[in-house]
Amino acid sequence: MKPFVLNVAFAAIAMSCVCSAPSSAAWEPVRPVEFIVPAGTGGGADQMARTIQGIVTKHNLMKQPLVVINKAGGAGGEGFLDVKTASNNPHKIIITLSNLFTTPLATGIPFNWKDLTPVAMLALDEFVLWVNAEKPYNTVKDYVEAAKAAPAGSFKMGGTGSKQEDQIITVGIEKAIDARFTYIPYKGGGEVAVQLVGNHVDSTVNNPIEAIAQWRGGKLRPLCVFDAQPMAYDEPIADGKAWKDIPTCKSQGLAMEYLMLRGVFMSPKATKDQIEYYVELFKKVRATPEWQEFMKSGAFNTTFLTGADYAKWIEAEEKRHEGLMKDAGFLAPGN
Amino acid sequence: MTEQPGSESGPAHKTLETGTALLIGAFGLVVIFGSIKAGINWGAEGPRAGFFPFYVGAAIVGASAINLWSAQRDHGGRLFATWGQLRQVMSVVVPTAIYVGSMPFIGLYVASTVFIAWFMRWLGGYRWLTTIAVAIGMPVLTYLVFERWFLVPLPKGPLEEWLGL
Amino acid sequence: MEELANLFHGFAVALQPYNIMLMIIGITLGVIIGVLPGLGGANGVAILLPLTFSMPPTSAIIMLSCIYWGALFGGAITSILFNIPGEPWSVATTFDGYPMAQQGKPGEALTAAFTSSFVGALFAVIMITLVAPLVAGFALRFGPAEKFAVYFLAFCSFVGLSKEPPFKTIAAMMMGFALAAVGLDSITGQLRLTFGVTELLNGFDFLIAVIGLFGIGEILLTMEEGLAFRGGNATINLRVVLHTWRELPSYWMTSLRSCLIGCWMGVTPAGATPASFMSYGIAKRLARRGNNFGKGEIEGVIAPETAAHAAGTSALLPMLSLGVPGSPTAAVLLGGLLIWGLQPGPMLFVEQKEFVWGLIASMYLGNLAGLLVVLTCVPIFAAILRVPFGIIAPLILVLCAIGAYSVHNSTFDVMLMLVFGVLGYLLKKCNYPLAPLVLAIVLGDKAEEAFRQSLLGSQGSLGVFFSNGLVSTIMVLGLVALFWSAIQEGFSRLRTAAA
Repeated sequence: MKPFVLNVAFAAIAMSCVCSAPSSAAWEPVRPVEFIVPAGTGGGADQMARTIQGIVTKHNLMKQPLVVINKAGGAGGEGFLDVKTASNNPHKIIITLSNLFTTPLATGIPFNWKDLTPVAMLALDEFVLWVNAEKPYNTVKDYVEAAKAAPAGSFKMGGTGSKQEDQIITVGIEKAIDARFTYIPYKGGGEVAVQLVGNHVDSTVNNPIEAIAQWRGGKLRPLCVFDAQPMAYDEPIADGKAWKDIPTCKSQGLAMEYLMLRGVFMSPKATKDQIEYYVELFKKVRATPEWQEFMKSGAFNTTFLTGADYAKWIEAEEKRHEGLMKDAGFLAPGN
Repeated sequence: MTEQPGSESGPAHKTLETGTALLIGAFGLVVIFGSIKAGINWGAEGPRAGFFPFYVGAAIVGASAINLWSAQRDHGGRLFATWGQLRQVMSVVVPTAIYVGSMPFIGLYVASTVFIAWFMRWLGGYRWLTTIAVAIGMPVLTYLVFERWFLVPLPKGPLEEWLGL
Repeated sequence: MEELANLFHGFAVALQPYNIMLMIIGITLGVIIGVLPGLGGANGVAILLPLTFSMPPTSAIIMLSCIYWGALFGGAITSILFNIPGEPWSVATTFDGYPMAQQGKPGEALTAAFTSSFVGALFAVIMITLVAPLVAGFALRFGPAEKFAVYFLAFCSFVGLSKEPPFKTIAAMMMGFALAAVGLDSITGQLRLTFGVTELLNGFDFLIAVIGLFGIGEILLTMEEGLAFRGGNATINLRVVLHTWRELPSYWMTSLRSCLIGCWMGVTPAGATPASFMSYGIAKRLARRGNNFGKGEIEGVIAPETAAHAAGTSALLPMLSLGVPGSPTAAVLLGGLLIWGLQPGPMLFVEQKEFVWGLIASMYLGNLAGLLVVLTCVPIFAAILRVPFGIIAPLILVLCAIGAYSVHNSTFDVMLMLVFGVLGYLLKKCNYPLAPLVLAIVLGDKAEEAFRQSLLGSQGSLGVFFSNGLVSTIMVLGLVALFWSAIQEGFSRLRTAAA
């Protein structure tokens, strides 16, 4: 009966935390923490969540287990709604990608990031413009000329999902260079990269981690990165070129910038102690060598934000998405 | 609706067949309605979201109409099942419905215990001892396998909350 | 020859005692995962993935792939014993496996299923060993149009052979398509058929429908006949394994055909589910006792199981060489590779030889170990049918509820499962076939997606489905399969006219 007594004791502590919040004992989870992934198994967000889970387990960073749960339905809307309705449940956190903004806008699912409590930005995911290595375009200039010369709509851009980040970037490029692409949505980033290798599409805007293998294999060629400055990783990948050597799109005359949020939120009405606990947890995760290795393998932008800075960043990004989606005509009817 | 188990009376097969065809037809209409809302025309970039579901819905309605018609021609006078048989079926459906319906409120474990106990005791006629052993053993085993071993959380109710599980 | 040397080196890696231990743990865990509905191979591997981070990558992938094998073997068990397929590709196994169990031959059905899985997987592994680079390039030729053609072929070879009234078949299949369409439309990113109900965002998951239609529906049908489970008189000793083995070689033709179908579908990568349905459909047409399919024919177990596992295994090839997962489980394994710093892709075979050949060697050994484990357990599984219905039925219902819940962690799905159960009972009694419905739920949205992706690419021209030799061939094969019975009849008429 010992565990039982112990559990009751824990429950009692938990309750007293909620009611009186004694300042001496900082909050800690008393039950397994659910880590919601609003995307399918095997995708970028899922990989990150499971890496974190592995790091937490390996380094014993939490007393309670961290359980990863995929809720991908409705472009992630399922996961967001699940956390939104779990107010006062501090044992639920969610990792987000750009669908935090795009899903409610494109589908009209009743949800906004303000329904959740922001915890921390873990990293930003880069986007790179890729073409098949057999194609004659070696620079952005060649590419833009080819896209403009092709009959309207015959130039095909492959991407993940519909009315999400990849298509937003595509529309941005169309605007920037005044050409018309046909955007073809696929289920996952790996599939998109392979479709490019097989010449079924003409270009993609894959994340680094999705296309690195094909780059190293000499099948794909990166043209530019949609960031304000080049990526930080200088280890050579293919042909003596490193991520660092990929120029920014803006410097090549393609004025489009886009980074994708990889951040963590928790259920509404979380107390300060609870947020603080998770922020500390993620700080510890970020300090591990496994995390740094993971950041390097995906050439992530490792910006880390919490608190008011984080909220401000999200707010600005939401505005921007609203504008981008509106211009592209991606808003759900009645929104 | 006087029921005598074993007696040969019961609903006609034709009635149920008609009902099923109507039910499926109604489902088809719902699909058509939903597709129209999503847009059924052929847009600039190929078919729109409701294009396929619309024709699928139309096919359901069409096929159901034919099934309905052929059901009407069935003059065999077969029984769908006897009332006794249906009562047997309902004796599983109704408790399962209660079981499933109560799950969001009292959690899976408590609901399962009650459900297994009910089934074994009243339908199976087992002794209380066997019944209780299985009814408690199964949820405990489930808890260990799913929550502890595979870390899959299952729905919990007030009891688990109180136990702090 | 270099490959062979590499392979033997791989065997040496896989045969280290530590790795053998992991193999056996993996197989056991996998069988448990496969038996518990809702905890499919993909979930199981995903759940256990973080536990393997502290191992060296080769050991970790050996253990995970053994979980995968175990889950593949385990999925057949519930299909045969209770008519509840735990994975999409076990659905076709229920068609003849469950009737066999009811006739008191669960041991034979299980042995046939396990052995066929082994044969299918072995065939695929041999193919991977010998022709990996060749086949990998082939998968690159598959764009959306080719993929649609493959789904089309799978559909055509399965439908058009049901004995039920044709309009009931159409109604059932179209219901499946409609259910598959609910939720987010992946091409336009727009919600459809959800009517503002947030629970419908996910659409209708295949597993929920199948657990309800097949599992619960079957219990209700059994209840109608009183509290008895047929099949209680099963023979339960190990001799049944040897006995069945003596019979299996005479079906070599079906096995070989299913292996080829499976490998083809796995590499393309259309996956194991269409492979199992297609193989069942073709076997039904070509087998001598094809008319008896669905009533407990052992060939009806061999065909889908062999193809499913050949496909499941060969699906690992495009994953390793291209980074495209051919199945959900492969997708999770892919995530694992990335976390360990291994980049699947053209360079993996060059740079990570030890890893790749260790994995391939573990496929041979893991598969063999899995077969031995599950075969020794056949009597135990068969004995489950002897448990009185009054005990086993509530336990099955509870397990079904858990399975339905754990698909999306939603209690709404559990209620849906019961609705599907009652519907399954009603449809079965009214002579509607359930298999086309399930096939449509599984493949419907994938086929639609591929179709619309093709049209986007071709700017609306249907000519894309006949635009090159590969896609045209598959489409024509599909049409031949669809009108096979008509063609056959035409031939026999010609022959009688000539005579």
